[in-house]
Amino acid sequence: MDLGYWLPLFFAAAMGLAMLIYVLLDGYDLGIGMLLPFATEREKDTMIAAIGPFWDANETWIVLGVGILLIAFPQAHSLVLTSLYLPVTLMLMGLILRGVAFDFRVKAGDAHRDKWNRLFALGSLIASACQGWMLGAFVTGLKGDANSYLFSALIAVALPSLYIVLGAAWLLIKTEGELFDKAAGWGRLAVWPMGMGLVLVSVATPLANPAIAAKWFTLPNAIGLAPIPLLTALTWAGLVWVFHSQQMLRHGYGWLAFLALVIVCVLASFGLGYSLFPDIVVGRLTIWEAASATESLLFTFWGAAIALPAILIYTVFIYRVFRGKATDLSYE
Amino acid sequence: MEFDPFLLARLQFAANISFHILFPTITIGLCWVLLYFRVRFTLSGDKAWEYAYFFWVKIFALSFALGVVSGITMSFQFGTNWPGFMERAGNIAGPLLGYEVLTAFFLEASFLGIMLFGKDRVSNRVHLMACSLVALGTTASAFWILSLNSWMQTPAGYRLEDGVFFVDNWLAVIFNPSFPYRFAHMLNASLLTAAFLIMGVSAWRAIKQVDGPATWKVMRTGALMAAVLAPLQVLIGDMHGLNTLKYQPEKIAAVEGVWHTEKGAPLTLFGFPDEEQQTTHMAIKVPKMASLILTHEWDGELKGLNEFQGRHPPVAPVFWSFRIMVAVGMLMVLMGWWASWRLLRTRIERYENHRWLLRAMSAMTFAGWVAVLSGWYVTEIGRQPWVVHGLLSSAEVVADHSSATLTGTLFGYVLLYVFLLVSYIGALRYLATKPARSLSLMPQHRAMQQARADQGGA
Repeated sequence: MDLGYWLPLFFAAAMGLAMLIYVLLDGYDLGIGMLLPFATEREKDTMIAAIGPFWDANETWIVLGVGILLIAFPQAHSLVLTSLYLPVTLMLMGLILRGVAFDFRVKAGDAHRDKWNRLFALGSLIASACQGWMLGAFVTGLKGDANSYLFSALIAVALPSLYIVLGAAWLLIKTEGELFDKAAGWGRLAVWPMGMGLVLVSVATPLANPAIAAKWFTLPNAIGLAPIPLLTALTWAGLVWVFHSQQMLRHGYGWLAFLALVIVCVLASFGLGYSLFPDIVVGRLTIWEAASATESLLFTFWGAAIALPAILIYTVFIYRVFRGKATDLSYE
Repeated sequence: MEFDPFLLARLQFAANISFHILFPTITIGLCWVLLYFRVRFTLSGDKAWEYAYFFWVKIFALSFALGVVSGITMSFQFGTNWPGFMERAGNIAGPLLGYEVLTAFFLEASFLGIMLFGKDRVSNRVHLMACSLVALGTTASAFWILSLNSWMQTPAGYRLEDGVFFVDNWLAVIFNPSFPYRFAHMLNASLLTAAFLIMGVSAWRAIKQVDGPATWKVMRTGALMAAVLAPLQVLIGDMHGLNTLKYQPEKIAAVEGVWHTEKGAPLTLFGFPDEEQQTTHMAIKVPKMASLILTHEWDGELKGLNEFQGRHPPVAPVFWSFRIMVAVGMLMVLMGWWASWRLLRTRIERYENHRWLLRAMSAMTFAGWVAVLSGWYVTEIGRQPWVVHGLLSSAEVVADHSSATLTGTLFGYVLLYVFLLVSYIGALRYLATKPARSLSLMPQHRAMQQARADQGGA
């Protein structure tokens, strides 16, 4: 077996997986953060309680994603992060505000609570929008011309709306009563920009990169790949339906919305992965060109092979411990 | 005005890492202290230990959040500010950071949820296990990051091909020559920082008369930790210094202000180093002491800065940081002994009996921060001009951002950090002054407060 071939492939897949899990998990945290200003004081506490035990671990997935980029593809890591210096910096500031506001809002005293609630929402919005911008820039190959800026700007709106839908769907699982109804309403609104974002990425990626267009639109590939966009569209329609169907919502099937989102995101990342492969920086670097030395990859591989399954197992354990509707967070 | 982008990139990284290190320093140590509180409660059933846990876990959570978010910034800045480092040393730095994420970050972040909010959802045993795992996670995190930092100071186990580092021997890389000393020094520093924090905040609570039995138990724990660990730190620090002398003699030359190689070098207690004139103005010196401390011989030879022309760190910041660290360290030793002696001798837990001690303890709440920051400045500024000692210079690996971009983002970061630091200390004050529901006032204090209120009313 040729390790020099397989190890970069393994790490590229692991990075994709980490990023996908990040979008799904921290996506709902950030979404709930952005929804915070639209809730009453009492509801705000419940919303925070719905993400309290999880957000820290959720955020760690982006550290793993960027970590793998750094460990396995140092050349790409430098290229991507220096090109995206400003959005990365802004995103970090957003994540900082969001993360600390979490604690400060209950610990700094009631006089400061409003301020920290606002900073929580602002931080979530900045971080989400910057991540959208970075995704847009990454997909169009870090070019920096007017078209790719426009595209990045559109994704900077689309990704936050995906996060908001995720947040709303998470609230359907974790809350009940008025807040539950509100969450369904938020979901109904946000699915539209999210759907538009999906279409936009799907159309613009091949338009911006002829090589990617060739991969999708030549026969017989086109037929084999058709299920990806079709299934995505169907699942999205199902998602809209769940948010609208009082019957589904009333009878405890609200969690289907989150499931639908997981399916949409998995399909989308398959599509994206297929488009980009084997490049790690579109049109410039392949995963093999950017990879670190094989012996370094192998050393990390053994660690990852043991640690990743363990991480997944205890993540599931934590979610089981805190399953069910959110109760007020208490340290005592 | 144009600033040098290299200097700005360094300043930005320094601002970030200085802000970041404040919080892990607290959490690495505090986590073991929390575990101790939990174990004490489990063994004795004394509610006070549980209250101590509840009170301090809140501060732990807040500090942890600040550490996590500022740490994420660090992981991105390797790429955004120092791309050359990852391109050249990525084969070594990458896996070490990777192991930190895989073995530490997820562990601590995941079980933190149970540690903070899971008490009613899991058994006492699982909760204790969660606390232990978070403590292990924070320590493992320190292990990997200090291993990498030490490797940058004393590289080993590598080979260079066309300017790129490759690994020859992972064990030699991880357990490089300065690692054991740096790791021990930092872990102990962390425990000491936590000790002075819990002691200082408890003293503050006693001064403000919102203390309960738990407050004094915590204070005593902190005092005993300080009394044992502060002298131990002096010992570890000395061993660490000898290790540095062996591998980075120019750093020691800057620390001691030794301008020219000499035998029987004096110990400069104080003075103003002047790099242009290669002398220390107004120096107060103890003859032959530097040689004695560093070589354990009266006439031992110390290499001077003159042997490292253009390859030694800026002298004044290293010289000064070192003296601040040592001075604070000595104060910590004295404070630890004084506090333990007083608190163990008299078991009376009243403000009136310990006025001066309590004031001194609360004044030293953040003594650990000062010592840790100045210590890191000694070792990090002392590593310059290298990023990997002797092999790769910092200037070679910097990103070429415009100085306008760097000035803007530096300004943003500093503003944010100052705001967060003020908020953090504000929140700490608020939590410390608030009579926690669970921390019932002691009977004698209630009577006393009643008496005061009566007097005021009369």
